[in-house]
Amino acid sequence: MDIRFSAEEIAFRDELRDWLGEVLPTLGDPPDRDDWTARREWDMGWQRKLYDAGYAGINWPSEFGGRGSTPTEHLIFLEETTRMGAPYVGMNFVAQLHAGPTLILEATAEQQARHLPAMLKGEEVWCQGFSEPNAGSDLASLSTRAIRDGDHYVVTGQKIWTSFGHVADYCELLVRTDQEAPKHRGITWLICPMDLPGIEVRPITTVAGSSEFCEVFFDEVRIPVENRVGDENDGWRVAMVTFSFERGTAFISELLGTMNQLAEMAELARGIRRNGSTAWDDDEIRREIGHLQAEYDALWALTKRVVSQAQRTGMPGPGGSVFKLYYAEVKKRMADLAHRMLERGALVLAEGGGDEQTGGDMVASRLYVLSLSIAAGTSEIQRNIIGERILGLPKER
Amino acid sequence: MDFELTDDQVALCDGIRDLCQGRFDIDTVRGLADCGGVDRQLWGELVDTGVFSLVVPEEDGGVGLGWAEAGLVFEQLGRALVPGPLVGTLLAAGVTDDAVVGLIERTDGSALVEYPDVLDALLVLDGDGVWRVDAAELSFELAQSVDPLTPVGRVAELPQGEEVGGCYGWVNRAVFLCSALQVGLATGARELAVAYAQERQQFGKPIGQFQAVKHKCADMYSREEVARAALYYASCVLDAPELADEDRAVSGARILAAEAADHNGKDCVQVHGGMGFTWEIDAHLYLKRAWALTPCFGSLDEHAERIAAMV
Repeated sequence: MDIRFSAEEIAFRDELRDWLGEVLPTLGDPPDRDDWTARREWDMGWQRKLYDAGYAGINWPSEFGGRGSTPTEHLIFLEETTRMGAPYVGMNFVAQLHAGPTLILEATAEQQARHLPAMLKGEEVWCQGFSEPNAGSDLASLSTRAIRDGDHYVVTGQKIWTSFGHVADYCELLVRTDQEAPKHRGITWLICPMDLPGIEVRPITTVAGSSEFCEVFFDEVRIPVENRVGDENDGWRVAMVTFSFERGTAFISELLGTMNQLAEMAELARGIRRNGSTAWDDDEIRREIGHLQAEYDALWALTKRVVSQAQRTGMPGPGGSVFKLYYAEVKKRMADLAHRMLERGALVLAEGGGDEQTGGDMVASRLYVLSLSIAAGTSEIQRNIIGERILGLPKER
Repeated sequence: MDFELTDDQVALCDGIRDLCQGRFDIDTVRGLADCGGVDRQLWGELVDTGVFSLVVPEEDGGVGLGWAEAGLVFEQLGRALVPGPLVGTLLAAGVTDDAVVGLIERTDGSALVEYPDVLDALLVLDGDGVWRVDAAELSFELAQSVDPLTPVGRVAELPQGEEVGGCYGWVNRAVFLCSALQVGLATGARELAVAYAQERQQFGKPIGQFQAVKHKCADMYSREEVARAALYYASCVLDAPELADEDRAVSGARILAAEAADHNGKDCVQVHGGMGFTWEIDAHLYLKRAWALTPCFGSLDEHAERIAAMV
């Protein structure tokens, strides 16, 4: 049980810090939330800078062009980039953390050569075509169908919650190739170019007023069979291979960004004057800030345990589900606290700018946090996972 | 960085767990309520195993391990509901030669002393230092304790005692050890609830199939794991104080461990339904011990204040 970093890990951090110190001041201002052309340029431009400096694909194996860093170095990378205010992974999320790692494990050499270098250089935006209107928590019941026609699959159906679907170049797409088989055994994983005829993308406006989510409609879209990753009808396994990765390190930037927000809230509390004192003089507000900090510190410690397990075994431990479940609730309490402090000021949404993922303003954040217990497996699904896979409770019959 | 347990630490946990299962089964533990919480012979086995001399350097006759190991051992003791003045006795090792030692913070007026019938000595902490009060000097009146395994006596005024050392670091270490016991209590309560949810049938199925019960158990596990991470982090900081602020790490562990033990104790009662409200089922013992351990060297509000001042 040792949280100290090794000499190599410290050297890695120092080198990264020096590079960030040079590159960050050259970036200029981040784009507006709704300017998708500028946001794409910003996110891809940052990915290219990471690539040129040797930090792209930090956790990808070196034979696939990654840096081949250890899970601990990955943690340091995310900690340092967040702390110094570097851009978030943004629309590179699916390529870097999901589709890329899936291709590394499951794709053919040709597929890998075609996509992995482009992902690393920031030349391809990927999106995820998994959920459907009738296949949410019960993802395996998905019904977008693919019918084999010579050397193509003809795909018809609808996907939903596809982040960045309207700016993506490729989609990691799950389709049903066998209607008769049990639901988990009739699914196939395809690489779908988003410019094929028959694809229509419609942005969905969220409760926060943003539109990074999309619905994607497929009307007899012809996808070459050579775009299939893994065997036909083996797509469920292919998709699940990387799901656990998503829960290992995916929330590090988010958590550290939240800790920065809490520090800003404490500053704000000390400055808000009301009836001759400050919000900070309110015992309940002050103690809740201390309480939240204790919980975030604990979640950071939990993250280090999960990363240490990944370092030892190659797979993150079950702490990922615990983290997600617990974090969503704590962050909602923090957003509510901000509103108690702001009082009538909480009526005003600050306009534009900011990154809702890691910062943004506190009023918008109260809306954004509603998604934390829904996206990437609802809290109810996380509780089923913990109850059944960790505690060994029986499945519902 | 490797924040997982070393092989030696895993072996230590296993060893203490086996000792508890062998010597402190639940019937034995319940029986200790009839002898003031401590049976000298069983206590001697804890002493011989090195439970109380864990952090005493080897050259002084101790085991020479760190706070990480002390936390792991106390977690197992909490999980098994082992009673007695565990925290005081560990901290007193190397300071006094007494075998059963209580620990209390000096306050004005009367004080509630835990395990008063079985103590050899009581260590009293105040702003000036640590003071040893011989058990013979203590006159107390037994009060009815909320926890049958934490008997308490009311002392009108704590004697001054003899100074045995400076109190630097004692409070954080006492708070840390209480937190470790509570993480263990949270685990014990969760294990009891999960076992019952697997075996108890209603509507023709094990109640653990129902999400209302399954999800409660999942929440119990989550609380426990988050508190455990905070505890491990605090133990690393106690072992290497240059790493981070000790007060913040210990207060964080304190808050999360106390809440996990309290909530898991209540949820354990709830999962057991009517049986959970009976003396016969052990659920109440976890909850009551959690309550007995919480008011110890500062309230949770004070710990939250201590952290808030650093945000």
